[in-house]
Amino acid sequence: MNVLLYLVPLALGLGLAGLFAFLWSLKSGQYEDLDGAAVRVLSDDDLTEESRK
Amino acid sequence: MSEAVDYSIFLARDAQGHAEMSLAVDGIDCAACIGDIENGIRALPGVVKARLNYSTHRLTVAWDGEGAPAQVVDRLQALGYRAHPFAGRAEESEARHAQWLLRCLGVAGFAAMNVMLLSVSVWSGNVTDITPETRDLFHWISALIALPAAAYAGQPFFQSAYRALRTRRLNMDVPITIGVILALGMSVVETALHQEHAYFDSAVMLLFFLLAGRYLDHEARRRTRAVAGNVAALRGEMAHRLGPDGVPVRVPVQALAAGDHILVAAGERIGADGVVAFGASAVDEALVTGETLPRPVGSGAPVYAGSLNGAGALTVKVTAGGEGTLIDDVQRLLDGATSARNFYVRLADRVSRLYAPMVHLTALVSAIGWLLLGAGLHHAVMIAVAVLIITCPCALALAVPVVQVVATGRLFRAGLLINAGDMVERLAIVDTVVFDKTGTLTLPEPELRLPEGADPALVAAAARLALSSRHPLAVVLARQAATAPLSEVTEWPGQGISALMDGVEARLGSLAFCGAPAPADLPATASLIAFRLGARTLVVGIDQGLRPDAGEVVAGLKARGLDVRILSGDRPEAVAPVAAHLGISAFEAGLKPADKIAAINALKAAGRKVLMVGDGLNDAPALAAADVSLSPASGAAVTQAQADAVFLGTSLSPVEAAIDGSRVAQRLMRQNLALAVLYNLVAVPLAVLGHVTPLVAALAMSGSSILVTLNALRAARFGRPVISVPQQSPPGADVVPAGVEEATA
Repeated sequence: MNVLLYLVPLALGLGLAGLFAFLWSLKSGQYEDLDGAAVRVLSDDDLTEESRK
Repeated sequence: MSEAVDYSIFLARDAQGHAEMSLAVDGIDCAACIGDIENGIRALPGVVKARLNYSTHRLTVAWDGEGAPAQVVDRLQALGYRAHPFAGRAEESEARHAQWLLRCLGVAGFAAMNVMLLSVSVWSGNVTDITPETRDLFHWISALIALPAAAYAGQPFFQSAYRALRTRRLNMDVPITIGVILALGMSVVETALHQEHAYFDSAVMLLFFLLAGRYLDHEARRRTRAVAGNVAALRGEMAHRLGPDGVPVRVPVQALAAGDHILVAAGERIGADGVVAFGASAVDEALVTGETLPRPVGSGAPVYAGSLNGAGALTVKVTAGGEGTLIDDVQRLLDGATSARNFYVRLADRVSRLYAPMVHLTALVSAIGWLLLGAGLHHAVMIAVAVLIITCPCALALAVPVVQVVATGRLFRAGLLINAGDMVERLAIVDTVVFDKTGTLTLPEPELRLPEGADPALVAAAARLALSSRHPLAVVLARQAATAPLSEVTEWPGQGISALMDGVEARLGSLAFCGAPAPADLPATASLIAFRLGARTLVVGIDQGLRPDAGEVVAGLKARGLDVRILSGDRPEAVAPVAAHLGISAFEAGLKPADKIAAINALKAAGRKVLMVGDGLNDAPALAAADVSLSPASGAAVTQAQADAVFLGTSLSPVEAAIDGSRVAQRLMRQNLALAVLYNLVAVPLAVLGHVTPLVAALAMSGSSILVTLNALRAARFGRPVISVPQQSPPGADVVPAGVEEATA
């Protein structure tokens, strides 16, 4: 059962990482405009002149 | 747009000290608009931030230094979008609440997943080869995750339960709170005693499901309110306030305060309640009283916000401005009528009032029963906890809100914005529909009526001359004009205007001014306007046209077995033809607001469930008195605030859609409650008899929640798609909401 010594903390660590990623994205306002996020990917405005060629 | 506009009351400061303003933008219908607007605004000098929220159609702009807000509005106008600044303090706190719920949901989700991982190991280990030490370790780790997570994620329920208990009420959150706390406490005790079972997973999963329901519920309403707020803001009502130096400055009506003097030009809407300080005119108070004939006013006469000024310019001293533009009478009636409706309790609350004591009693009785049968105290308490968990109203708490969210989304796409959470339940049992006439059955904007055989050339000439007048009737005629206005026009105050057209004298104004005979073939309800070009005369009528599908909707409502009536503040001569045309035999005209309330109360006393549809300020108390109420987006702001739902566009069909939708939703709610009861009938005996292990509790709870949610999703598919959200809307009402599919996700 020694395998539990690192597998359980690993599972919890991954879970916590996911939770913190979610809290961070929530705090940075990424859930405020879900429709906008869906259509903004279609826009080319953020491309530089070179990458457009 | 050369005139100075003062938008300063909408300005705020952001974190970096930049001036910031939010605008409601109209006309956004594609992804390309985002780039157009953001790049267009960023190109303005001084602008440091321009961010468009595509979901709510709001633009946030921030400046560095001296940028002028009016510049942004003008720029948007030039780009082809109508915009109006927006002050949304209440919405900010709602957004914070939504974020908080989402944070709780995230924490509960994390805890549920990880605890479940450990629990599944324990469950499978219990039938195979898990050692007691490992099981205890897993239980302790579960406790370590579940306790802090539940303490954080359970706050929405704990706080609400505490508030309810403090006011000596019971709501759904009380059994939830007791269940969660008991389950966690008991699990800790079990773990300390090295037992086989613990309930950590059930407790956090319960919180997760409930939070999901609560977040969806809150988010759907917030989105609806955002669109409703846009509709209100985009009317963009402005007033000319006289500065200390006597120079008029255009300000938003929200900025007006008592004591200000405003200048109201002919044909303009009055922005605030007040008394006439100077000038004489006639005001059209259709929105306020429902009366379509203008009322003459002079110095000292009171005027109300929302009325349309007629031919003369007025200087009005404001007595109540900004948000407070109410007639005191209306407000008083409103207060009385609203409190009369408060006895109505939401279906879910009524159920939970019965449910909470029953659950606790069952748990208590089973504990005592097991004690009497000779079981140990520990065993008896475990069974009581199992009863509490398995009956914890997971399905019940989801049953009503999920249907409401889905139905609200469906109605939203049919052009309805819902204000009141329990509207669906009240609307479903309506048997009488009462319409106001002006602005509700008829369109808020008047329509031109030409006599038969009118010469198109003569109409065109009349329209061209009408361009030079700001009289409200002439403005309607001027919409027909295809040419530029005439350069030299003489005004004859109170009579009309005249000009030379190709060397011939042309006159536009009253029948007497133009020497025209009154025609016979125009509707009796129409206001008349005459035109003379040389020897030829033309008389046109300006009438309030019926909403395009009013006839169909009234017929449809009758076909559903509803009693349709009209209660109008307008003259009987104006109401009778409309009623006859729509085939409504029960109508009353010339009613004051108090009369309307009396009429509605009489219907209610006769056992009717009344739906009131109205738009005017005079309808607001009647809307509050009725069992349920609807108002068009073109209605007065007060009226909209009072209505249970607001419908967009020129069509009346959302009324029909609302009734159909709420009937379906009501049926689904009942089904869901029945499902929840059925689930309890099966699960509770099992729990009482002591057969419920944590595994069974977790399966039963999530199973019932998922079943109820799936059933609720059927509300998204009721009926045929009623209308594709209104395309031809009156000015100010044409906010086409983007889909609300998320609400059903």
